[in-house]
Amino acid sequence: MIRLTNGDRIMTVTIYFMLALLTFTTFYPFWNALVISLNEGVDTAKGGITFWPRAFTLENYSVVLNDARLLNGFLISVIRTVVGTLTSILFTAVFAYGLSKRELMGRKFYMVVCIITMYFSGGLIPTFLLMRELNLMNSFWVFIIPSLISVWNMIIFRTFFQGLPAGLEESAKIDGCGHWGTLFRIVIPLSGPVIATLALFTAVYHWNDWFLPSIYISNEKLLPIQTMLNQILNSNIMSEQVSQMDSAAQGRMSQMRSVTTKSLSMATMIVATVPIIAVYPFLQKYFVKGVLVGSLKE
Amino acid sequence: MAQLSTVKKTPPKVIRQSVVLRFMKQLDLQLMVLPAMLLILVFSYIPMYGVLMAFQDYSIFKGFLNSPWVGFKHFEMFFQSPEFSEVMRNTIVISLLKFGIGFPAPILLALMLNEVRNMAFKRVVQTVSYLPHFLSWVIVAGFVMSLLSTDNGSVNMAFQKLNLIEEPINFLSLPEYFWTIIVTTGVWKEIGFGSIVYLAAIAGIDPHLYEAAQMDGASRFKQMFLITLPSIMPVVIIFMILAIGNLLNAGFDDILLLGVNPVLRDVSDVIDTYVYRVGIKNSRYSYATAVGLFKAVISVGLLTMANYIARRSGNSLW
Repeated sequence: MIRLTNGDRIMTVTIYFMLALLTFTTFYPFWNALVISLNEGVDTAKGGITFWPRAFTLENYSVVLNDARLLNGFLISVIRTVVGTLTSILFTAVFAYGLSKRELMGRKFYMVVCIITMYFSGGLIPTFLLMRELNLMNSFWVFIIPSLISVWNMIIFRTFFQGLPAGLEESAKIDGCGHWGTLFRIVIPLSGPVIATLALFTAVYHWNDWFLPSIYISNEKLLPIQTMLNQILNSNIMSEQVSQMDSAAQGRMSQMRSVTTKSLSMATMIVATVPIIAVYPFLQKYFVKGVLVGSLKE
Repeated sequence: MAQLSTVKKTPPKVIRQSVVLRFMKQLDLQLMVLPAMLLILVFSYIPMYGVLMAFQDYSIFKGFLNSPWVGFKHFEMFFQSPEFSEVMRNTIVISLLKFGIGFPAPILLALMLNEVRNMAFKRVVQTVSYLPHFLSWVIVAGFVMSLLSTDNGSVNMAFQKLNLIEEPINFLSLPEYFWTIIVTTGVWKEIGFGSIVYLAAIAGIDPHLYEAAQMDGASRFKQMFLITLPSIMPVVIIFMILAIGNLLNAGFDDILLLGVNPVLRDVSDVIDTYVYRVGIKNSRYSYATAVGLFKAVISVGLLTMANYIARRSGNSLW
């Protein structure tokens, strides 16, 4: 047994205290937003809402969930996240598999071309003008096509594929599989953890992105929830926000006097956060590994 | 099997077929790579080529090919503009603050977590502290606005209860608080996630080292400084090089979302938000591209310099 000195004890207590403080500070904003979203807006304005709702209500959520615009935004986010993640992972995995083969002609050249893009980019304005030239403005495809290939994910995939035992692929070849068959029947089924990790990060990117639509999309029907939420948070004036809602929601709002801009934005924020909070506990063990795979390469 | 053995037996002369023929033979493999290369060419390389418009008076109507070349005009305009010194100061100060506080913070957290023996407590701290990384900046900005608001934001309430302030402070419209808010929010969002790599590095340390130190009578504090910290130094240095290469990325989402109030522009405008504002909002494409290019050149310089210094200390990226 190692005996603890007094200094050790002081250090341990200090560390536990600081970590508890950090955990509280990290958790409190979530909790406070949730509590405000569950409290009557007018009552919230009186102040003092911290840990528990004082006048519990689900009205805020009923307004948010009955607003056709917000629901449409939520739907766009879901579709974008699902389609964007599936296509990006698929395209990147195929690309990485091709690059993992030694016999590929021009392999070195392809890799150099890819790696250069990790250090240099054209920047905001030339990219913006390109999207415009390609007619991707106000198109759903602006969410999908430019992010089909991620060089970063490709390198992680490639490293993983190269680590797979060569014998597996050889036996697949003997059984008559081409490269495509080997990839989809042997390699991809063996890549569960990597796919899960990279899919998580890609999905989080798609779900959270608010900036790209804010510059490329002006058609309200294509705006994802995060961009809409930003607009709501920025329009502090109540009347502005009410006028942005569809008429049915406006009617409901006049009946429900207790709803305010603040309570409404909190409810919208919670709605926009729920998908991530919901999958988070299941994915934690994956992403910890994923971060390490990514950092080992660099 | 039969196929394999014929390939092996083929004499070298025949293997050195013409490039075209070899290419056709591995067409399936090339078809996996070429569409992706085309995408990279279009979405990464065309914009890189487009950077040349920094040396043009680009007009959408004339297009890239017909716009007149003007040399370094836009760069000179930027250097002489009244915003130059402000934008540069904000960029440098905010990046240095973020680097000075945001870089060591996850290391400190990892060191502290390593001292925790209670596994349940450790897991709670980790799970909660990783979470903000997965939130969008819009949500985080929403949290900050709500917590700091004058009408009963939690921070103002707490400060008033503690008798630190008498009247609620409108934090988000006072320039003197902006840098603190940006840096604190950044640390809040990324401290937990950043600590993962360092925790992994700590997990790889040989336990015998600690045993030996204990025999020699080293306190826990001393073990932390004499064993844990030096052992993770290589990882720290690699991440430091990456961070220095990113030094001029003072931030974009956070500053754009929290610096909404125009009153804050004097302290909030950094190179990236400036490029966005003059480029996208005011459509001064060539000028904004020149400003962006100026930043990219300095960043590459910084990365090269950092790597040079690191190489002398025995750790480098390339």
